Parts: sequence; C-alpha cells; structure tokens
Amino acid sequence: MNWKRASIAAATAAPVIGLLAWGLTRDPNSIPSPLPGREAPTFALQVFAPGQGDLARPAGDTVRLADLRGKVVVLNFWASWCLACRDEHSALSDVALSYAGKPVQFLGVLYNDVPDKGTAWIAEMGGQSYPSVDDPGARVAIDYGLYGVPETFFLDASGRVAYKHTGPVTQGVVRFKVDSLLAAAPQGTRQAAPAAPAAETGANSKTGKGQ
Amino acid sequence: MTRLLAFNAIVVALAVTTLGAIFGPIAVRKGRRDWLMYLYAAVYTNFALVTLSTLALIYGLVSHDFSISYVAQVGSRATPTFYTIISLWGALEGSIVFWAWVLAMYAAAVVWFNRKREGNLVPYAAVTLLVVALFFHILLVGPANPFLPVFPVPFDGPGPNPLLQNHILMGVHPPLLYLGYVGLTVPFAFAVGAMLSGEVADDGWIKVTRRWTITAWGFLTAAIIAGMWWSYEVLGWGGYWAWDPVENASFIPWLTCTAYLHSVMVQERRGMLKLWNLNLMVGTFVLTILGTFLTRSGIISSVHAFTQGTIGYYFLAFIGIVLVATLFLVAGNSDKLASDGRLDAPLSRETAFLLNNLFFTVFMFTVLIGTLFPLVAEAVRGVKVSVGEPFFNKMTLPMMVALIFLMGVGPALPWKKAAGPELKGKLLPGAILGVLFAAAALVAGARGAYSVLAFLFAGFALGVNVREFVVGANARVRAHGESWLVALSRLVSGNRRRYGGYTAHIGVVLVTLGVAASSTFKQEQEATLKPGESITVAGHTLRFKAAWGREEQQRQVIGATMEWMDGERVRATIEPRMNYYPTQDAPVPTPEVKSTLRGDIYLNLMAFKQDGSNVTVKVIWEPLVPWIWMGGLVLCLGALIGVLPGRKRTADAPVVVRAPALAEAQP
Amino acid sequence: MTQARMRSRALIGLATALKLASGVAVGAASVLMLTSGELRAQAPDLPAAPQGAPQDSGALRVKVQGTLTDAQKNDPVLDAATSAVAATLRCPVCQGVAIQDSPSELAQQMRMVVKEQLAAGKTADEVKAYFVSKYGEWILLEPQAHGFNIVIYALPVLLVLGGAVFLVFIVRKWTAVTPTTAGPAAVGDDD
Repeated sequence: MNWKRASIAAATAAPVIGLLAWGLTRDPNSIPSPLPGREAPTFALQVFAPGQGDLARPAGDTVRLADLRGKVVVLNFWASWCLACRDEHSALSDVALSYAGKPVQFLGVLYNDVPDKGTAWIAEMGGQSYPSVDDPGARVAIDYGLYGVPETFFLDASGRVAYKHTGPVTQGVVRFKVDSLLAAAPQGTRQAAPAAPAAETGANSKTGKGQ
Repeated sequence: MTRLLAFNAIVVALAVTTLGAIFGPIAVRKGRRDWLMYLYAAVYTNFALVTLSTLALIYGLVSHDFSISYVAQVGSRATPTFYTIISLWGALEGSIVFWAWVLAMYAAAVVWFNRKREGNLVPYAAVTLLVVALFFHILLVGPANPFLPVFPVPFDGPGPNPLLQNHILMGVHPPLLYLGYVGLTVPFAFAVGAMLSGEVADDGWIKVTRRWTITAWGFLTAAIIAGMWWSYEVLGWGGYWAWDPVENASFIPWLTCTAYLHSVMVQERRGMLKLWNLNLMVGTFVLTILGTFLTRSGIISSVHAFTQGTIGYYFLAFIGIVLVATLFLVAGNSDKLASDGRLDAPLSRETAFLLNNLFFTVFMFTVLIGTLFPLVAEAVRGVKVSVGEPFFNKMTLPMMVALIFLMGVGPALPWKKAAGPELKGKLLPGAILGVLFAAAALVAGARGAYSVLAFLFAGFALGVNVREFVVGANARVRAHGESWLVALSRLVSGNRRRYGGYTAHIGVVLVTLGVAASSTFKQEQEATLKPGESITVAGHTLRFKAAWGREEQQRQVIGATMEWMDGERVRATIEPRMNYYPTQDAPVPTPEVKSTLRGDIYLNLMAFKQDGSNVTVKVIWEPLVPWIWMGGLVLCLGALIGVLPGRKRTADAPVVVRAPALAEAQP
Repeated sequence: MTQARMRSRALIGLATALKLASGVAVGAASVLMLTSGELRAQAPDLPAAPQGAPQDSGALRVKVQGTLTDAQKNDPVLDAATSAVAATLRCPVCQGVAIQDSPSELAQQMRMVVKEQLAAGKTADEVKAYFVSKYGEWILLEPQAHGFNIVIYALPVLLVLGGAVFLVFIVRKWTAVTPTTAGPAAVGDDD
C-alpha cells in the first residue's frame, strides 16, 4: 500500500469538490440581463387598455418610448395566461396610482396574447390603473431580452435601463426602485435636455420641460 | 398504517446496513469466517425490508392513500392505474426508493451467487454495497423522505407530471436506467473488495465480476436507447438526442464502461493495462454518482432536473467521500498493478484496443467538460454560457467516426501480429460493403464529410463482423456436417463473449445508420390545412381529414386525423394530438409517428381553430429512424449472448490454443 | 364510425369541456413551472376551453410578416439561412433546445426576427450579436471561441493529440522488448 501516492491522489479531489460545492450556491435558471446600464430599446406600441382616471390614455393611442424621456418608466410585461402575473397585479395598480402627478409612467406590455383576452383579464382582476399596450409578434419583448412573464423593467429619466426584475414584483420593490430613480432624475433631466435632441429622432421639445 | 410500515421498514433497513457495514470488516479482520453469515444476513434482510417498503409505497399509490406525502404529490384518482404504478419513479423521493430497492436486490444477488467463494473479496464487496445502500437510506429518512405524514388528508392529488403520462415508455426507460446505472455499483464494489482484500493484482476477481458488468452495461444501453425513443415520440421536435446534461449523465459512464469491456480483454490475454482498467471500472461508478448529483442537485438546469433543495449537499458529501476513498485506494494499490508492457507488433488487436481506449476516453472527457463548462465558466468569468448541441456534435463526431472504424478493424486484427494476406481477406468484404454504403449515401445526396464517412465505416464494420459469423459457421458445416443454422448457433454458444461482442457491434452499426440517415436526409415542413387539403414532404403526401375532441380519464384531447396517402389509397391514419391536463394552463402537444422500415412519418399538431376549420401541422420525414431502435435491440441481444453460460465443449476439438498459428479460428 | 357521429362526438366533447371551464379554479398548482414555461407560450388559454392559437396567432403572424415580401416568405435560400442561424440560438423558455427545433411561441417569433434581419441584409454574425446584446452569451448554444471559452475547444484536441503521441511512444517502447514465447493466455468462455 503506497500511502504517499494515495494521499496525493486523494488530495486532487479537492478542486473538483470545491467547484461542485460552489455550484450548489448558484441558481442555473437565473440569467442576468445585459440591458441594465444601456439605453432602453425604443418602441412605439398601441394602447388597448386605457387605464383609469388621471393615468388613462385613450385606446388606439401610440405610446413611444421617446415621448417618455424625462420620466421614470416602469415597463411591466404580462399576459392573461400567466399565473404569476395575478400575484403582482394589484400591487402594480395601487402603486401606480400613488405616483400620479409625478414624472413616473407605468406601462403594461401584453406578451404573446390577444388584446381581447387582455381586456377580459383586466376586467376580471378589477381594473388596471395604468394603460397597457399590445406587442404583436413579441418584437419588443425580444428587444428587451424577455424569457418569460412577468418581467418588469425600470427605466431612468434619461432613457436607460436601470434594473430588470424577473418574476412578480411587490409594492416594496417598485417603490424602492422608483423612488431611487426619482431622486436621481432631476439632475438627469437637466443634463439630458441639451443632449436629448441629438440622441433622439423625432423628439419633441416637450420632454425637456417641466418634467 | 401503510405509511408507518413503509417508513419504519426503511429505518430498520438503515440500522441493518449500518450494523452490517461495521460488522463485516471486523469479521474479516478477525478471520472469523463463521461470522460472515451475519454480514450476508444483513444484506438479505436489507433487501427484504426495502422490498416491503417499496411494495407498501406502490400500494399507497394505487389505493390513493393521500396521507402519504409522496402519494399526495404525484397521485391522482383520475390517473390510469398503469401510470399510477409507474409514478413510483416519477418524482425525486419515489425514485430514491426505487434506487434503494434495485441496489438492495443487486447486493442480495451478488452475495447469494458468490457466498461460497473463498477469500475476502466477497465480504468486502458486500460491505461496499452496504455502505452505498446506507447513503440512500439516509436520503430516504432525511431530505428525500416520501413517507412524511400529510394532515389534513386531501381527497385528491395533482397527478404525475403530464409529460410523464403521455407515453408507455415511461414505464420502460426508468427501470432499465436504474437496473443499469445502479448495477454499475456491483463491479465497483468488487473492485473495492479486491483492493481491500489484497486480491487486486490477480485477475480472479475480474472473472467473478464480468457477468455483472455486462449485465449492467446491457441494461444501461437499453435504457439510453429507450430514453431516446421516448423523447423522440413525446417531445415533438423530431429529435432523439439533445445533449441535455441529464442525457449526458447517463452517457458518460456508458462510454467508460464500454471502454472497460474492451480494454479488459487485453488484460486477460496479455496481462497489461491493469491499472488503467481498474481506473476505468472505478471511474464508471464515480461518474454515475456524479451524473445523479448533476440531475438531482439543481446545479445545472435541464429538462430532466428534479427539484432542488438540501439533497444536493448530501450528494456532494457522498461524491466527496467516494472520490477521495477511490483515489486513495487506487493510487495506494498502483504498485501492485504495474505490468510489463509487451507487444509483438504495432499492427495487432492490442494496438487497436489501445486506440479504442484513447478515443473512448477523449469522447467521454469531451462530453464531461462540455456538460460542466457552464459551471466552470461562471466560476471563472462570472458569465453564464450555454453548451449545447452544436458544440457536442462538432467535437464528438470525429471520435464517433473513429470508433466505428475501429469496430471494423479490431475484429479483423489478430492478437499479437497481423499477417498481410490474412488481414486483407478479413477486411475485403467490409471494404466492399463500406464503399457501397458510402456510394449509396452520395447518390442519395449526402455531402457532409462526416456523413459519408459514417456510412463508409458503418458498412465496413458490418462487413467485417458479419463475415466472422459466416466464416465461422461455414467452417463448422465443413468440419461437423451440421446444417448452417445449427452450425451458427453452436458457433455462438461455443464462444459467447466473442460473438456476443460481434452482435453488439452489428447493433451499433444499425444505430449508426439510423442516426446518420435521419441527420443527413431528414425533411420537414409546416402547413396550415383545411379539411381535404394535403401537404407533401419528401414525396409522402399527408391529407387532413378532420379535427376532433374527446374526453379521457385524466385529460381532454384535441386531435387531427391525418391520412397518409398512396396515390388515391389511404395508406395509414395518423392522429397527432394536444392533451389538456387540469393542472396545466397549456396543452401538451402529443405527436404521432408512423414507422416503416424505410423511415418514419412524424406528425405534430401545432395549432388548430376552435371550429375545426383548419389545423397547423408539422410533418417530418425521418429516414431510417426505426433502425436506431432495432439496433438497440440487437445491442441488448449481444449483451445477453455475452452473459449467458456457454456450451461445455467436451465433444468438440480442444479449444485451448498453444500455437499462434491457429489465431484465425480461436479468440 | 360515420363522419356525422365523429363530429357530434367532438361537439359533445367541446361542450363538456366548456362546462368544465367555468368550474376550474385558477389557483391550480404551478408546480410544473419549469417544464410548463415553454408550453405556456403556446396556447394562452385555460385547458378546459380548448381554443387553439391559430385563429389569433395566424392574424398576428400576418401582421408581423408584413416586413417580408411575398417572395422572401417562400424563399428556400432564406429559409435555409434562417434555419442555420436558428440552430445556434437557444430557446429562452425551453431547456437547451434550439429555437429552430422548439415549438414554443417565443421560439417561433425569434425565428421570424432572424428571418427578417437576414432578409434585410444582416449577416449571420450580426444577427447572433443582436441576440447576445439582448439575452447575453447564454443565448448562444455554442460558446464563442475566444478568451477562456477556448478551453473547451482546445482541451479535447490537445487530449487526442497528446494521447496519440503517448500511444506511439508506448507502442514503440513495448514492441522493443523481446516478445515472450508464450502465446496469448488461453481464455475460456465462462471465465
């Protein structure tokens, strides 16, 4: 029995075990998104669910990301067939109301679904305070690197993706993110205004003022 | 009541295995052979107890006893009885029970058939098996306990995962897999037993192990083929192998085991490669544990993966112990296993086996690092990457093709030294057949280098291996005047290992042809059809007749009746479906396949209109796919031939060879 | 079985299903999130109301295919190029399958994006780079061969070459030894 060789050989197991042990602490299913920190992909989508009261937009209106520059944007991808979306629906709707009058835009984006079913779902859930747009063919979803619903993107006032949240959000998460982006926003807006016309195509001067 | 019975049986089994594992080495060290019967009694008792527990769990499933946590998890009153019984292995906890049972059965069988053997090999092997069994018992009373109480007792349960109720092969693939995978514990136990008892330098223990290794290998081969068949029939994309991490986990030990089965022949005849073979045998078991760790720990995402949780840490601890102990033992015994390498000529069967070892090892290693790389890359770079089909196909095809070539050359090369004219005679039929196959492939449109090579070498290997049977049988007919069939059967029974091996080679050729043809010549198309409209793929016309719906015991089914036309005549009716289960918010598409010898018509229902006015179907023409399943059958036949006891050759001419000149007719 | 009977059977089946639909509670176990993630994307409806996708997705597909000309829609060369690129991209909602092979809705839509970009003149590499910019390197089924990733491409090659060299060396060494007179050890079949 060659004890020396045996011990050395046994020691070589250490890096393998170490790697596997480290692997147990990782979640293979959570894929980090490359979008945060980069400019948010642009879109122009039609409203199908107008929302309620102050936050409402008429159905058929086109929402362009460029128009939202200067506001903090909460972009929530959902579908009527998505079970987990039901968990976050009331949270999002209530939080959106609480930011009425502030430079924050909540927007729902329908993913792989039919507007009629989306409207029916909203009615079943007791209404949605903010408008939802339709994304036919999942073009915008793919542009945002979506791989399931619900996913929520938080865009800062200068049009960059600040944070992506996978899975249902809670009121706490939304408030925390939006508040921190609002706190950063005023400086962002002032800096963005002179740069904005150059960076956007077809931008209107509305975005630079009073946001 | 059932729950308590089942659970306590495992608890007692845990105690019994612990006692046996402790007592066994004591009995051996003290040299008390009369005490060994207690060790063996522990093994038998373990089997009895685990059988009791397993039967109780099955009873609980069938009687819908939802007070048992596992039954509450996978049981349902709506599920047909067949699927209820096989849901035993449908989720994590039940599958560990099944593992423990198969292991207990193998351990009892090993002890029973070898109980009279002298020496300490069998006692130490039994102890090793008990230690492994102990680990699984710990899982069963710990993180993978299927017998937890459920209160209040629900009236019904969600039933097994719908994908596991869609096809009867769910009743076939897992048991075969366990019989193979768990069966590989036996050769490992013998190897450890040989090292602990000091018998490892002598080859006697390998002779004892041989049948167990081939048996486990045969089951594992069958399981892999059955798994390919099942995913082909169920998943809907017309493929049978996706290099999914769990598929790889079953394939990697198969590669080392196959390498071992070949390489050990060199050890038996020339006394070489002892340490290498020991590493292969022991490595196979370690890889099975690694494979099951990858499946069950949640460390790598896969379509097969069971739930995560603390079980990963238990498996990690077990792997750690097994790996450290194995490395320690093998390295410590390496001095005893040094052998004098001696070859007579470079062109010989020995060299072919050396190359065989190289290719199998590189193949195994490539699949292993490909499977683990996402983990390593994340550790080193912090970025998640994917390693999928394109990588594995690209990197393993060369090895596959090289191995098929060896499958033709190896049987033709004699031991020690090849003689020119003799060799040419053996290779000629294979060469002709190979060229014919390659030409046929080129004519049919194959242009890829690997594709043509695959056909070329498959034909070559087929020719060489079939020739062995033909020439051998003819020789017997001449020598003994038997009818050709009798000659063939006596030829095989006279040397089962050899002809079992050649049969297995023929099986591999069939599988290769099926894979090569379906990869190279597959055609698919999707179309939206109204009733009466047709779609034609690769010259085959499918006509849409009608869409329909029906209720089944556990689900609702929407289907489309498609007719495979032969001119105006309806050749066959094929009905792809979508199965709707109450617990799923989307249907499970269920393709239907019509098999012929030339290939499969594979239909998948992609979408339909509520009023049945049109459907969208995908039609795939898969040439020669049934040859894969047939080849699998032939492979298992080869294993069976190799395992069965041979004919005692008393009335025949003596078979022991002294002079090398008779290398032609003898192994 | 006559056509009429089959049809009425089907209608009865559908009617029963619709009846069940109103009773099915939504809070069913989402136990199978992993596997159903892909399946969910297909028929976005509760199972008991067997309404399929085509009525809706057919219309969607027409809308989206608006950027492709009719000729491009049926162009076999473009199809082949799309398939080639689609075979290298991983379906985000399935497990390890390429978007070329996956039946899920998202995979189909991604294929359409690939087709449109290729038709617009982008190269295969540019299309892949687009998806990597959205999903990360994970979306590629085969790691890009630079930096640390080279390891998995290099190691097998080094192994086989190194092994071959080692074998040549070993065979030379072992044939240099004078062979013994004894032939291969006799091996009985039942040993």
